Amino acid sequence: MSDINRSLTEIVGEHYVSNQPEELYFYARDPGLMPPHKPDYVVVPKTVEEIQKIVRLANQNKIPIVPMGAGMALTGLVIPLRGGIVIDMKRMNKIIEVNEKARYVIVEGGTSHGLLKSYLDKNYPRLRHSIPDSPATATIAANVMIHGQGRLTQQYGFNSDMVAGLEVVLPSGDICKIGSCSLSPDWFSKGAPLPDLSGLFLGWFGATGIITKVALKLYPRKRMRDVEIFVTDRGNLVPDIIYELTHTEMVEDINIFTQPLPMIFKDNHHITIFMTGDTDEELEFKKKLIFGALDRFIKGKDGGFMSVGLAMKQTLLEMPQRSVSRFADVKKGGGFEYSGPILLVERYLGCTRKLVELASKYDLAYSAMARIIGRGHCMMFGFSFTFNRADPDMMDRVRKALQEVSDYALVVGGVFWKPTIEEQRMAIEKMDPNTWNLMKMIKKNLDPDGIMNPGNWEVA
Amino acid sequence: MNDRMLKGVRGNMTTLKFDEDLCKTCPTGACLVKCQYIDVGKDEAKEEMLKIIKGEDSIVLDDCVTCYACEEYCKRGNHPFYLITQRREDKGILTAPRAITRQWINIGEPRGKYKLGEMKEKALSFGFMAQFLELVKGRLFEDVMPSYFFGQEYFCNVVYIHFANTSIIKERLPMVIDNIKKLGVKEVVFMHDECYAAFTSLAPAFGMEVPFKSVHYFEYLYNRLQELRDEIRPVGVKVAYQRPCSSRLCPDTHHYVEDIMKLIGVDLVDRTYQGENALCCGSIFRMMYGYELAHDVQRRNIDDMVAHGAEYCVFNCHGCQDALATEIAKRGIKPIHIVDLCRMAIGEEPETEGE
Ligand SMILES: Cc1cc2nc3c(=O)[nH]c(=O)nc-3n(C[C@H](O)[C@H](O)[C@H](O)COP(=O)(O)OP(=O)(O)OC[C@H]3O[C@@H](n4cnc5c(N)ncnc54)[C@H](O)[C@@H]3O)c2cc1C
Repeated sequence: MSDINRSLTEIVGEHYVSNQPEELYFYARDPGLMPPHKPDYVVVPKTVEEIQKIVRLANQNKIPIVPMGAGMALTGLVIPLRGGIVIDMKRMNKIIEVNEKARYVIVEGGTSHGLLKSYLDKNYPRLRHSIPDSPATATIAANVMIHGQGRLTQQYGFNSDMVAGLEVVLPSGDICKIGSCSLSPDWFSKGAPLPDLSGLFLGWFGATGIITKVALKLYPRKRMRDVEIFVTDRGNLVPDIIYELTHTEMVEDINIFTQPLPMIFKDNHHITIFMTGDTDEELEFKKKLIFGALDRFIKGKDGGFMSVGLAMKQTLLEMPQRSVSRFADVKKGGGFEYSGPILLVERYLGCTRKLVELASKYDLAYSAMARIIGRGHCMMFGFSFTFNRADPDMMDRVRKALQEVSDYALVVGGVFWKPTIEEQRMAIEKMDPNTWNLMKMIKKNLDPDGIMNPGNWEVA
Repeated sequence: MNDRMLKGVRGNMTTLKFDEDLCKTCPTGACLVKCQYIDVGKDEAKEEMLKIIKGEDSIVLDDCVTCYACEEYCKRGNHPFYLITQRREDKGILTAPRAITRQWINIGEPRGKYKLGEMKEKALSFGFMAQFLELVKGRLFEDVMPSYFFGQEYFCNVVYIHFANTSIIKERLPMVIDNIKKLGVKEVVFMHDECYAAFTSLAPAFGMEVPFKSVHYFEYLYNRLQELRDEIRPVGVKVAYQRPCSSRLCPDTHHYVEDIMKLIGVDLVDRTYQGENALCCGSIFRMMYGYELAHDVQRRNIDDMVAHGAEYCVFNCHGCQDALATEIAKRGIKPIHIVDLCRMAIGEEPETEGE
């Protein structure tokens, strides 16, 4: 047994460390399209102290460390590009505290969205968090790390905007508290009124530290939810429709999708509008305002509310919405990847046209899925392709299509969301050099030996 | 599915048989006078119909909400609604938002995904609605099941009159007729009014020949219940009946509702919005015009059911049931399909009761 392996075993126990080929095989890849690369070790720690020790060990030996949640980001962010130790966070899944009246929860760094949802459903039925549509195993820390978006994003911004405090193990192995919790027992803010240091970690993909605790803001959970779908054949009207909808401030979440199949969805853009209420009256009131806001489009015959049957309603109201994952298997062989740049809602039509053009150029099955962020402040536009993993040619075509999406996204003012290494390189190249210098300075200071998720946010 | 089945008998251009003189000499103008959504007197009604006949503009072409009721109100055998539809299409007047119309046209497109049971000379038609497979169970259907068919290839396409689009019907209906003919069935029991009316009202009105016998499922149920008479235990509940728009295209079948209810010992409440005065379920209104009209019609309809003490609301059409079930359930009325109610009467477990 190597020294490192022995030390890791001492830290986490023999059941929670491995350098066996079958484990390394799995931890070498994610479900997306990026080429695999094997780690040297995989560890599954249980405590913050164990993480500190692992980081210190890695530091002494200049071994790369890659923190990993559920590995669902799909863009290769958990692939250990330079080997080293993958730290699988799954065992750190405790829900530490819920402050009901102040509406926040503190969870450990490997707690999944699914676990928190079921915990709140059971114990705090009047509270909820912004759940993404990723499989329920996706972790909260990773989701805020990549600035994910969820069911409450139209109301409260990126899921990372809802962070109320962090505990981070720095590359030195020290623990650092971020936000109100740095001087108070209460985790109500990640920054204000102090300097907001959460930006030193969020969006860095683990390249500046490992999140061991996250406080997340919780929000009122109304007793009822409903969903309507507004359809239009005019993609150019989508930004105006979104403007009107967000103006009502009556909507829980807004997603947009367009796809050629099944036939019911062909030729149109679908704006899925979720809403909530504690009573029938509240829900009906909101519905009335929402319909009213779009009345001019209905009168002009430019769009209307489609009939959403009970079965479709149930599918749409699921959280997370499993139909999103089902799309991943349209081509059988379970391959799915999307590039989801964040950009202005007014770029919607251009994006859909580009997606259709690429799908036809590369002969691929596609779906566009957009989520409105804030009151129309921007959107995540998902250029999604599904592929069969057993078909290398199809995978290659998806890769090429996504490369073109990346070029296009930058041209139309987009910013990559959970960028691949190549997209990070492109972003760095386009970025204001002073911004990049500042990022480099931060990284250099926090992680002088570059052991944290190396390859990410660095120039080769 | 062979090519011919998909392409069918194209080029079979059809024109509406409409007798202008019947309108000119009409003593009542009932088609529009009785309309619940357009407010005109007898003289104005006749005037507007004559304008429509001549191809001129008319308020009716703008304001008709496609409830189909004028097809029933006209007792002189003309087809006012089919004419309104035709004229709207000629003039490019849209009833629904383009996207909604397109969506419905896409849904009805044959895709080779039809399903056939074990075909006999008599068969059940489900249009393209697979949910009938769940409904059509038990002894009521044992002498015809599993002889059934459904799928876009057998879907009547009549719904497009809501969308002022007769050309798609003219294009597809002859193919559908041809497809059913090829199944070798002699008698088809249609589980939806719209399909039944396609072959007994719309096809003849447009001069299309129908080479099989069409039976409305109410008639089938009534006859079947007569056969099972000894097993009927009166259900003993008070119900309101939600009449669908397409029942207006085959009004001669409507009496079966009362007949069946009597037979199974159900008290059909005598409410305001029934028979000729029935109100639409609102689902089409919602898609076409948004909130106000649909909400108003639904509210009045449900208030009426509640005011008359209905315990159940009996549905004939799944579309109506989808549109109203949740709301009526909230008001304490159980939604039930008429087939399930009949099954209850012969001691079987209904599939959708209280859903
Ligand atoms: C079908 C499908 C639907 C999706 N829908 C959504 C959606 O609606 N909204 C959305 O936001 N996303 C969505 N995603 C993307 C993704 O799954 C989620 O964002 C998910 O939350 C990522 O979490 P994870 O645990 O899988 O992250 P991982 O892939 O494991 O990690 C992501 C990044 O975070 C880093 N990291 C992980 N844990 C830590 C830690 N404790 N400390 C520091 N760094 C860490 C990793 O190194 C990596 O760089 C979807 C994905 C799929 C497959």
